[in-house]
Amino acid sequence: MTLERAIRAVVLYPHIMDVYADRGNLIALRARCRALGVALEVANVGLGDPLPTEADLVLIGGGQDAEQRRVAPDLFERRDTLHRWVEEGAGVLAICGGYQLFGQAYRTGAGDELPGIGVFDVTTVAPPLGWERCIGDVLADSLVEGVGEVVGFENHGGRTYLGPRARPFALVRFGHGNNGDDPSEGAVYREAIGTYLHGPVLPKNPALLDRLILAALRHRYGPDESLPEVPGDEWAVRAHASAAEVARSRGRPRT
Amino acid sequence: MLLLLSRQAAAGRPTPPRQRLALLAGRAVGAASRRLGRGGGTAVPGLVAGRIAPHLVEALGRASEHGAVLVTGTNGKTTTAHLLTAIARAGGLQVIANPSGSNLERGVVGALVDAAGQLGGLPQPDGSVAILEVDEAAAAAVLPRVHPRAVVVLNLFRDQLDRYGEVDSIAQGWWHALEADGGGPTLVLNADDPSVAQLAEVARGDVVTFGVDDRGAALRAAEHAADARFCLCGGTFEYDARFIGHVGHWHCSSCARARPAPTVSARHIRLEESGARFELVTPRGSLELRLPLAGLYSVYNALAAAAGAVALDLRVEAVTRALTDAGPAFGRQERFTVGGREVRLLLAKNPAGLNEVIRTLAASGPELHLLWLLNDGIQDGRDVSWIYDADIEVLAGRVRELTVGGDRASDLALRLHLGGLDASSTRPGIRDALDEALEATSEGGQLDIVATYTAMLDVRSLLAARTGRDAYWEARA
Ligand SMILES: [Zn+2]
Repeated sequence: MTLERAIRAVVLYPHIMDVYADRGNLIALRARCRALGVALEVANVGLGDPLPTEADLVLIGGGQDAEQRRVAPDLFERRDTLHRWVEEGAGVLAICGGYQLFGQAYRTGAGDELPGIGVFDVTTVAPPLGWERCIGDVLADSLVEGVGEVVGFENHGGRTYLGPRARPFALVRFGHGNNGDDPSEGAVYREAIGTYLHGPVLPKNPALLDRLILAALRHRYGPDESLPEVPGDEWAVRAHASAAEVARSRGRPRT
Repeated sequence: MLLLLSRQAAAGRPTPPRQRLALLAGRAVGAASRRLGRGGGTAVPGLVAGRIAPHLVEALGRASEHGAVLVTGTNGKTTTAHLLTAIARAGGLQVIANPSGSNLERGVVGALVDAAGQLGGLPQPDGSVAILEVDEAAAAAVLPRVHPRAVVVLNLFRDQLDRYGEVDSIAQGWWHALEADGGGPTLVLNADDPSVAQLAEVARGDVVTFGVDDRGAALRAAEHAADARFCLCGGTFEYDARFIGHVGHWHCSSCARARPAPTVSARHIRLEESGARFELVTPRGSLELRLPLAGLYSVYNALAAAAGAVALDLRVEAVTRALTDAGPAFGRQERFTVGGREVRLLLAKNPAGLNEVIRTLAASGPELHLLWLLNDGIQDGRDVSWIYDADIEVLAGRVRELTVGGDRASDLALRLHLGGLDASSTRPGIRDALDEALEATSEGGQLDIVATYTAMLDVRSLLAARTGRDAYWEARA
């Protein structure tokens, strides 16, 4: 009998950075791990809580301005451990406000700077007065191998610009993406993914979900790990197709 | 004690010609769009009249002797306004109310159009009061224009973030509008919601609070959807008991802010399948009440209406009589009998509201027949992510037949599947989904329908057509 494989997920600030139903990603992760026969251990880390010594997967969601301000200094304190995990190849899914804080910095309208932890070489700036938020359905093609078409919903004021060392997570067909000027959406560094797609993104994008679980398994057990051949959830496939159709019919076409 | 202030200035004043014209135009358009069956014609008259005479909203306060009462907050506006209207009528007042389902500014003007006489005159002010439900995001703008006598603030939860923006900015909008309003309306505040109770700090007039004084009704585990976490001082809210999301017996971890002792409260609450029994405690004495509306959220709505009645200085007997006889508001726990099946219609449009509906369903028995509808129209919110914030898992193992429908049926079916509920049928078309669900319910059985706002309008009009019930533009509070 083979021993069951297990992965350790850390959810950062689950009760603060959760504004767009980000816990849906954890719900999908639990269900898929069960289907794949992978045991999932989850550690919730709130403000001031200690980080576990190891993690194979890190999740962080979005928050309102006030919440992001609370979280930023606490996250900054933990940057060394988080960088070590990322460099070792742990999977990361950082969404919206969490993505911004995993970048270099967030420059507010007043001109002061909220420091990020710099996993992604991206900088976010508050939009000038009078600019609309980037809100709507998104359909994009991921540049991450095996992930393919991704769907979701975005709702962010900040405009994010890629630095020279950053690669986008996807290119939008419909939606604003990072800034509404160029077609880039999110960022990737090693196995870390930052994105504005909430939605939540994992339930409706089963290929992305599998990609993160695979990264977590490889981080834990080595680069030869693979996922068992378990067909994707039919419910997820249908929800993906329906969300893609919605984005095609009413999403903002790529500029 | 609160005094009944009369606004005599209003009596007998003739309606200015431009306003008269606007009201007449609004009446004509309303009648025409009702004949065409377009959207019930509740918003259009307000739109037309508002274009012709943009100051109609301001006229509203003058049009009623007892002034205007605004009812705002995320959840429960329609039911609370409906209950307060019933109380005011039982207390002998004439009520000008905005039609159900049209609670933006247009609806407010629509209410005036509706109450205007045949000749387009403003309604006679004697013995009248205006009771208006106003969107939480519109309240800050409406407040300085109507100068209400009282404002009832129910709660503040995340809702349609793609349309309304952040919860924090709505709270700030209320705060600034109240601070700037020199009129000083009586504030009727939910003591149990910290975002609402804190508004007492900017009150210039009287404050009446309401809350639940029964820790037996508390949640055993915190719900995921909690939207007030940090106090103005930067401290964290802590709870001795939570009732709905972040609503409960709260205090700040680092300053003196805490839940105020409520003026009007509910004790000894017993939640039943189709109603709630509790002791209603008011400054004029307490009484036993059987409310014919289910769920703790209905108890909060009844408390808010009773507290509103205290602010209007209405008699306790009127409160008891109206609350005991209250029927449901439009689409909120409304019941229909279709082909020998009992149908109950439950509106759920955001995580906190859906959690309450789920609790109510879970208390209704282990063998539920459900039709669940999710639309993503502008009034529902384009973003359907919020379904992941509700605790669907509570219903796992309690549902016998599940039909899923609406524009985003596939998204909903996936969420329910992840929560342990597999649909036997998924149909985007609401008529098909309704037929399917009725078919799956045996004669004599009950079908519960959970629906977002526009899905509720659609399914209700189908149910109304099959049972001869009023269409929605005719249904009045
Ligand atoms: Zn405090």
